[in-house]
Amino acid sequence: MTRIAAAPTLSRRRLMAAGLGVGLAVTWRPARALSDELAGALRGFTGGAPTKEGRVNFDIAPLVENGNTVPITLTVQSPMSAADHVQAVAVFNEKNPQREVVSCKLSPAMGKAVVSTRIRLATTQQLVAVAKMSDGSYWTHTVDVVVTLAACIE
Amino acid sequence: MARTLIHAPTTARKGEVMEIRTLIAHPMETGYRAGSDGRTLPRDIIRRFACRYNGELVFSADLYPAISANPYIAFNVVANASGSFSFTWEGDNGFAQTENATITVA
Repeated sequence: MTRIAAAPTLSRRRLMAAGLGVGLAVTWRPARALSDELAGALRGFTGGAPTKEGRVNFDIAPLVENGNTVPITLTVQSPMSAADHVQAVAVFNEKNPQREVVSCKLSPAMGKAVVSTRIRLATTQQLVAVAKMSDGSYWTHTVDVVVTLAACIE
Repeated sequence: MARTLIHAPTTARKGEVMEIRTLIAHPMETGYRAGSDGRTLPRDIIRRFACRYNGELVFSADLYPAISANPYIAFNVVANASGSFSFTWEGDNGFAQTENATITVA
């Protein structure tokens, strides 16, 4: 009897550790690469120029209860001076009927590059905010949003 | 005329960054929804919003069907001089509305 109990190589402790590892791998997914849909929409905005992650903060609730009005805030780190300011910010979505969400033109007279609005989301999806700086660089922030009640589109 | 709600300070110190919040009553019909008869409802949205400060364009936004009904837009402006703000909304079916607000900068 004792021989049989000692035989299994996969101990309970190791099994628990393996299970925990799988759980972490599922919940800690690295940021997904942009889907083709989003990458295409982004190219339309940047004209093929390279984009970098950072400087833009896309503030949106990760879990959306009502897709009909989802508050969003776009904040870009910029001194907003005549020499160095944000020229434009735009938001694109992955799975609404239309890729564009909003596209704003900013000016140094704003002082702070912060814009808020409310949007519709048709389903759980990825969104990207992109900012165009006066030096011609593009900065993005990608977010994943879970939508429990979709905006009525059909 | 659609109802609008504009939160803009009436007085400010020079150089102060002010937050301006605007809201306009509008259904923002997407053009993707079906009506009670099953036919798709035609699109009726506000396509463009612009804010001018003493005639100078400070902020503008292109809106798409993904913007919620009764579009709310908030942004910031630096108080440079006393004068007026004009807020313009333009959209489908010839929708156009302009509202004004005055500001005194000390």
